[in-house]
Amino acid sequence: MFQVRFHGRGGQGVVTAAELLAVAAFREGRHAQAFPSFGSERTGAPVVSYCRIDDREIRTREPISAPDAVVIQDVTLIHQVDLFGGLAAAGYVLINTSRTFAELGLGELAARCQPDHLSTCPATELALEHVGRPVPNAALLGGLAALTDQVPLHAIGDALRDRFGPIVGERNLAAAAAAFEHVRAQREVVAGATAD
Amino acid sequence: MSETRVHFYQVGSFAVGNRLLSADERTVQSDRRRTNSIDSGHRACQGCGEALGARYALDAAMRATANQLVAVNATGCLEVFSTPFPETSWQIPWLHSLFGNAPAVATGVAAALRVKGRDQVRVVGQAGDGGTVDIGFGTLSGMFERNDDVLFICYDNEGYMNTGVQRSAATPPAARTATTDAVGPDPGNPFGQGKDLPRIAMAHGIPYVATATVADLHDLERKVERAMSLHGARYLHVFVPCPLGWGAASHETIHLARLAKETGIFPVYEAEYGEVTGVSSIRRPVPVTEYLRLQRRYAHLFGHPGRPDVIERLQAMADANIARLGLRGTEEDA
Amino acid sequence: MLQQIEGSRAIAEAVARCRPEVVCAYPISPQTHIIEAIGVMVKEGALAPCEYINVESEFAAMSVSIGASAAGARAYTATASQGLLFMIEAVYNAAGLGLPIVMTLANRAIGAPINIWNDHSDAMAVRDAGWIQLFAETNQEAADLHIQAFRLAEELSVPVMVCMDGFILTHAVEGVDLLDQDVVDAFLPPYEPRQVLDPEDPVSIGAMVGPEAFEEVRYLAHLRQLDALDRIPVIAAEFAAVSGRASGGLVRPYRLEDADTAIIAMGSVLGTIKDAVDQRRDAGERVGVLGITSFRPFPLEAVRAALAGVERVIVVEKAFSLGMGGVLATDVAMALGTSSLHTVVAGLGGRPITLASLTDMLARARADELATLSFLDLDEGVIARERARMASTRRSGPFAENVLRDLGRPREDHP
Repeated sequence: MFQVRFHGRGGQGVVTAAELLAVAAFREGRHAQAFPSFGSERTGAPVVSYCRIDDREIRTREPISAPDAVVIQDVTLIHQVDLFGGLAAAGYVLINTSRTFAELGLGELAARCQPDHLSTCPATELALEHVGRPVPNAALLGGLAALTDQVPLHAIGDALRDRFGPIVGERNLAAAAAAFEHVRAQREVVAGATAD
Repeated sequence: MSETRVHFYQVGSFAVGNRLLSADERTVQSDRRRTNSIDSGHRACQGCGEALGARYALDAAMRATANQLVAVNATGCLEVFSTPFPETSWQIPWLHSLFGNAPAVATGVAAALRVKGRDQVRVVGQAGDGGTVDIGFGTLSGMFERNDDVLFICYDNEGYMNTGVQRSAATPPAARTATTDAVGPDPGNPFGQGKDLPRIAMAHGIPYVATATVADLHDLERKVERAMSLHGARYLHVFVPCPLGWGAASHETIHLARLAKETGIFPVYEAEYGEVTGVSSIRRPVPVTEYLRLQRRYAHLFGHPGRPDVIERLQAMADANIARLGLRGTEEDA
Repeated sequence: MLQQIEGSRAIAEAVARCRPEVVCAYPISPQTHIIEAIGVMVKEGALAPCEYINVESEFAAMSVSIGASAAGARAYTATASQGLLFMIEAVYNAAGLGLPIVMTLANRAIGAPINIWNDHSDAMAVRDAGWIQLFAETNQEAADLHIQAFRLAEELSVPVMVCMDGFILTHAVEGVDLLDQDVVDAFLPPYEPRQVLDPEDPVSIGAMVGPEAFEEVRYLAHLRQLDALDRIPVIAAEFAAVSGRASGGLVRPYRLEDADTAIIAMGSVLGTIKDAVDQRRDAGERVGVLGITSFRPFPLEAVRAALAGVERVIVVEKAFSLGMGGVLATDVAMALGTSSLHTVVAGLGGRPITLASLTDMLARARADELATLSFLDLDEGVIARERARMASTRRSGPFAENVLRDLGRPREDHP
């Protein structure tokens, strides 16, 4: 089972991100379960959502306390909310930023994680460019696809078109594809550095 | 619909000379083909104003709908005295659910009839004043604002008579009830409380609101017919004296209802879409004392020393009704 | 068709396929998405003929449903928590009148303290109302149960409440296979009321019944519940025949064969419990699960049969009777004719029931260290501190707020 936890703020499409990922996995014939953190949060409040992906029926209903991947939609949550609690040793981290982990004060986290499991992506900028709205969730899903290989980009595209219709879905897919390329390029650099 | 003016009053009496009217102007009750929606043999008290009002209102509604009528009833005297099985008095389809939900239940019945394509079947909801102005107020207001196709009739006897004469939001000031006893410095129900439900109904902007009394049954039947000629939420507030609860002789029911109207204590009028369209003028003005004296619930206002100050306030309230609605308008015109 | 879909959306689609004729809507979390989705379908005309009524309260929602059902329409509404309590008089009334209304209960805790999250306190509060109460384990089962519920309700002229865990199910996006309309139509015939308000055949419904007949009338209502014990498995079997799925029924045993320890629970927590049981089975422990689908009527005999041979019975429930203990456990004890079972109150007000806590609880049970009544993951420290506070001063203040303040305060023993 692969478990993803999304952190963001109300209004940033955090719940939708988990749902889209679940739909993408479902489109690939896998079992998936997405659910929000069930709060009565208002716009701007910290929000968490969860997505589980597996090849067999998912029965558990507990929140994800030991995620395989953490997606941070909003860097202002860093050092404010326990974002990385329970993150597996080989876990993945994807952050919506153009800064580095060290610049975000996450050097310690970066040191204990596998370098090729860490990524950053300017998802908000990509969303503004391709969608015209600062909602980073679709772009981050593209980045997550490149980082974790859990779902292919075309499945994310299917989920986006399902959800937003052909026109807006296509724009979101463009943002996701750009993020996918961005993260893939990052990983290649890291892989090259490791190879050296 | 133009009002049928009845000119055949007998001298010294308000009794309507029904037999002098042409057949189609006579009351529904005088017609042998009346439906007896609420049949005789029920267990209402002698002189019950509610039983009379309900009988006239429902039979008129039956005639207006060619007998395509469903009635919904709140808990209360009307429900209790009419239903101990196997002696149900209801000759029409009739549903009782709870005390506070008759308007909502009526909404449900109307919705079901509409969805079933039986729009010709009309719905009447009915409750006493407790079930209307107090516990049923929320559901009534909801039914009004949605403009559901229901005629809701309140039989107002100004208190919770079924449970032993307790005070409701329709109990008038100074009246003694079991929970506003005639003791202490301000005996009876306090001034400055209570709801004027017909005006609240008008504020919802519903198609039709009317008041009536069991003293003028022609008027009551006409208003029911008018209501049934319209669709959407309609409200009829019928003044029904309660001999037991008011401490009045059972033969005084009609007389008391007439005095309530003639004193201005209970203004009789109708309104459409929030605007008053007609009032029943006072024909022979009388002071409120004539009305109050007949009821033991006001006995503490009389005698020695009595409470002339309180009577004065009640008179002022009646006068305010008269002024607000122009209840002496026709007299002045004359 | 199998879809990855939000639980609430799945329920709305399932209810839509049942062709409801009058739907009442009043918002309360976490059922709101259901009623919103149905509202869209009605407004689009997809459910015509169907009346969708935005009422002013839950009391009105159930009251309108009563009127609609008594006038012969298939009536549906949904609520949760405080909403159920606000309509409780009408809930009893609907059952007393024998009106086959179907209602979704998106299970949620009852305040005070106000809490929007899941537990089963709301369902337990109306367990004696005369409604059939069915609990769904998954969104698939919740969707299927609604279709079975209309069938069951209308066959027996009894209202049915489909209970599904608020948020945990209603807001979860997972795979749900929705039956095609023609399959549902074949399974669920049009509503033929036993009683109906009809000017052509006037009846009085809701008359006063005195001591001479009240007991008999209530007993007849009880018999209808007992009839449901027979009909629920039959309807579930018929449903399985057309859907290929085991949804509904009275109870759902899982790995109970040769089990010496059984956990009994209702609703979505059964999934997590099954994971825990699989782990314990892998470790060689003989542990099984009994899911209760039909809480009312309570299947005494089915529970007894399923637990034959089990030595240790643990009831995990998301509600309890203050001053007494387990509610479901009491019923299970009645079925088993023994009071020697364990009640574990868990998941109150949305507290997650985790695999780790369940595993730990099972270990304690096997070591005979589990109390008759215990509370999963209870923070004893905060309770001790509040009790000390209350003992130290009369004006100790509101205790819920004190607990929150305590938990929010940085302290050495409470990081």
